[in-house]
Amino acid sequence: MSERRIGVYICHCGGNISDYVDVDQVLAAVRDEPDVAVARTAMFACSDATQQEMVQDIEDHHLDGLVVASCSPKLHMFTFRGVAKRAGLNPYEYTQVNIREQDSWAHTDDPVGATHKAISLVRAGIARTRLTTPLEPVVVETTPKAMVIGAGIAGLRAAIGLADIGLGVFLVERDEQLGGWVGRFGEMYPHQRNGQELIATLVEEVRKRPSITVFTNAELMAKSGSFGNYLAAVRVNTNPPNLIQVEVGSIIVATGFDTYQPEVGEYGYGIEGVLTLPEFKALVDGTRGSLTYHGKPVHTIAYVYCVGSRQPGGNEYCSRFCCAATVHASLEVAALDKTVHQYHLYRDIRTYGKYELLYTESRKKGSVYMKFPDDTPPAVARDGAGRLTVTTRDTLTGGEELTIPADLVVLVTGMVPRQNDELMNVLKLPVGRDGFFNEIHPKLRPVETVVDGVLIAGACQGPKNSAESVASGLAAVTQSAAILKKGVAELDPLVAAVDADACTWCGKCLEACPYAAVEQITVDGREVAAISATTCKGCGGCVPVCPEDAIDLRGYTDAQIRAMIDSLVEEPVA
Amino acid sequence: MSAVAAAEVHEKRAGSAPRILVFSTNNISDPGIDLAGSQHMHYSPGVEVISLPCTSGIKPAWILHAIEQGFDGVFIAADGDECAYLPDCSKRASRIVGEAQALLQQHGHDPQRVKMAAICSVCAEPFTKHVQQFSATLAGLRSSGVQ
Repeated sequence: MSERRIGVYICHCGGNISDYVDVDQVLAAVRDEPDVAVARTAMFACSDATQQEMVQDIEDHHLDGLVVASCSPKLHMFTFRGVAKRAGLNPYEYTQVNIREQDSWAHTDDPVGATHKAISLVRAGIARTRLTTPLEPVVVETTPKAMVIGAGIAGLRAAIGLADIGLGVFLVERDEQLGGWVGRFGEMYPHQRNGQELIATLVEEVRKRPSITVFTNAELMAKSGSFGNYLAAVRVNTNPPNLIQVEVGSIIVATGFDTYQPEVGEYGYGIEGVLTLPEFKALVDGTRGSLTYHGKPVHTIAYVYCVGSRQPGGNEYCSRFCCAATVHASLEVAALDKTVHQYHLYRDIRTYGKYELLYTESRKKGSVYMKFPDDTPPAVARDGAGRLTVTTRDTLTGGEELTIPADLVVLVTGMVPRQNDELMNVLKLPVGRDGFFNEIHPKLRPVETVVDGVLIAGACQGPKNSAESVASGLAAVTQSAAILKKGVAELDPLVAAVDADACTWCGKCLEACPYAAVEQITVDGREVAAISATTCKGCGGCVPVCPEDAIDLRGYTDAQIRAMIDSLVEEPVA
Repeated sequence: MSAVAAAEVHEKRAGSAPRILVFSTNNISDPGIDLAGSQHMHYSPGVEVISLPCTSGIKPAWILHAIEQGFDGVFIAADGDECAYLPDCSKRASRIVGEAQALLQQHGHDPQRVKMAAICSVCAEPFTKHVQQFSATLAGLRSSGVQ
C-alpha cells in the first residue's frame, strides 16, 4: 500500500469528551503516526467552522483519508461523510471513531483509562483508513408511503402533513376512537381552543384525504425489510383479528404518554375530594355554571404541584406542561365562578415562554401561590370534623405552617412513558433513563431514532404540550419527506466482493446467501463466484464460510479488521 | 503459537485489567453499547469495540488473531434473533463461536476466551454486566496461568 495522507480530528464535544479524555494527549500520541498528514483537536468537530476547516485541510493537504474521533457514528457519520464529499474526497475514505458513548461517557470514573482507550481507538481508526478504497453508493428505490402509529394530535397532524406532500399514509390507532388525550379535553391554552373541536377538525381533514388509510383497534405486530422499504404487519382487532401487510418507507411513532397515577395515600390520594390533574380537568371541562363535586358546591381548591415529578429515585424529570395546564384550569374555574378561592402550593412555577402570561393573569384573578420547601411537601388529610385540609409551609412568608381547608385538592400530576411493551419489542427503539423514546440528538436530529426511517413525535419522546407535539409531528413529516420524496435512497456500497483469483468455486457462499446475490461465473476459463452489488445486503454472512478466504466485505475487510486489532493492542489501556 | 510468542502475549496482558475485544453490530448491539455509555454505566476501558454489520460476518480467525495479539478475550455482542439480515443469524453465530473455540484450542488457548451473548439496541445494562462478568472470568484465567 502506497503512502496515505490522512487527516485526524479529535473532538472535545464541549466537555463531553474532554472532561474525561485528555484530547491533547491523544493528539500527541497519534499526530506522528505513519500516514497522518494533519492532526488537530476541535471544540466541536461537527460545528460549521470545524467542518470548513476540514474541507480546507483536505484540499490544502491533498488528504485521501479522514478520521474523526467524536461521538457515535449513529450521530455524525453522515455529517463527516458529507464533509469529505464537499471537499472532493470519497466519503467512504472516512472513518468515525466513537470516543464519547463508547469511551468518555462509559469511563467517567477513569480518565486515565479513557484517555489511553481513546488513543487506542483512534489508532485503530487510522489503521482502518489506511486500507480504505473509494466506493460509490448503491441506489435503491423507496416506497412513497409512511406509517403513523398513534392518532393523537401529533399523529393526526403528521398524517395530514404526509398526505399533503404526496405520500401515502397508514394511520394506525390502538383505540377505537381517534384523538388521544386532546380529544377528551375542553378548553386548552394558549388560544382557548377546545380540544375535542380541534381533534374533530383534524379527523375531518384526515377523512378528506383518500391517501390516508386509517386503522382503528389496530396495532403494529411486526416490521421487516430496511430503511425506505419496510414491510409492516398490522393486526386489526376485529373478530376474528385481521392481519394486514403494508409496505412503507418510514414509520412515525406518536404513541403519546400516560399520566402519573399516585398511589393510594400519596398526598391523600384515595380520599374523596382528592383528584389528579386529568380528573380535575375532566371535571372542569364538564361543568356548566358553578363548579360542584359530587353534588356539593366547590368554594376552595388547593393545588399541590409536582406530584410524581422531580423526585429522586422516582420520576426525576419535570413534565413542564403541568404548571401551565394547572394555571389554565384555575383560570377556567375563575371564569365559571370568580368567588372560588384557589391556593397553588408549588415547588417552582414553570410557566415558561408565553405561558407566563397565564400565571400573571391567574394571580390577577385572585389565585394565591405558596412555595413549599422541597423537603417538606404538603400533607393532605381529612380532619376530625371530616373536612379536607392541606397543611403546608410557605417559604415566601417565613416558612409558617398553614392549614388550608379545601373542598377539592388537585394533585398536579405529570406525564409518564406509556407502557407499550409489544410495540417496543417490534421497533426496538431505545428509551432514555426516563423511559421515554430517545431521539438520536435533541438538537441536531430531534425526531430520528437509531433505527433508520423510524421517527418519533409527540409525548412518546418526553413530556410535551400539544403545540410542541404537533411541531415534532411536522418535523417527522419533513424528515420522512427528505427520505421518501426523492424516490431513491443511497445505501452504503459496503457489500461483499470476491477475489476471483483466490476463489475455487465450492459453492459455500451461494448456500450462505439467502438473497441470491451470489452467482457462478466463468473468468478466464475458471468457475468462480461473483456477488451482485445491488442484491447483496452487506451482512457479510458469506465471509466466514469461504474456505479460501476469498470474500471480503467492503469497509470491513480482513486486512482492515486485522489492522484494527493490531492497532488496538499497541496502547496499554487499563 | 510458539513458547516465546506465548510468553510475549502473557507479558502484554500482565499487570492490567483484562483486555476484551467486542464485536458488535452497527444496528443492533452497537446502539445498545452506546446506550450504556449515554447512561454513564461503567465498565473497564480495557473493553474495546469493533462494529460490523452482522454477527454472521465474523471470521473465527479474527478471534484467534485478537487473542494472539494480546486481547484476553473476545466478546461477541450478537444480533441474536433480531438480525435484520439473516433469520438464522443465531445459528450461524453459534457455529462461528464453535469454530473459534476449536481454533483457540488448536493454538493452545482456553476456549473460554471467547464468549457470546445477544445484545439488543436497548441492552445497556445486560452489556455492562456481561463484560464485567467476562472480565472477571478472564482475570481468573490469568491468575491461574491459563493461556
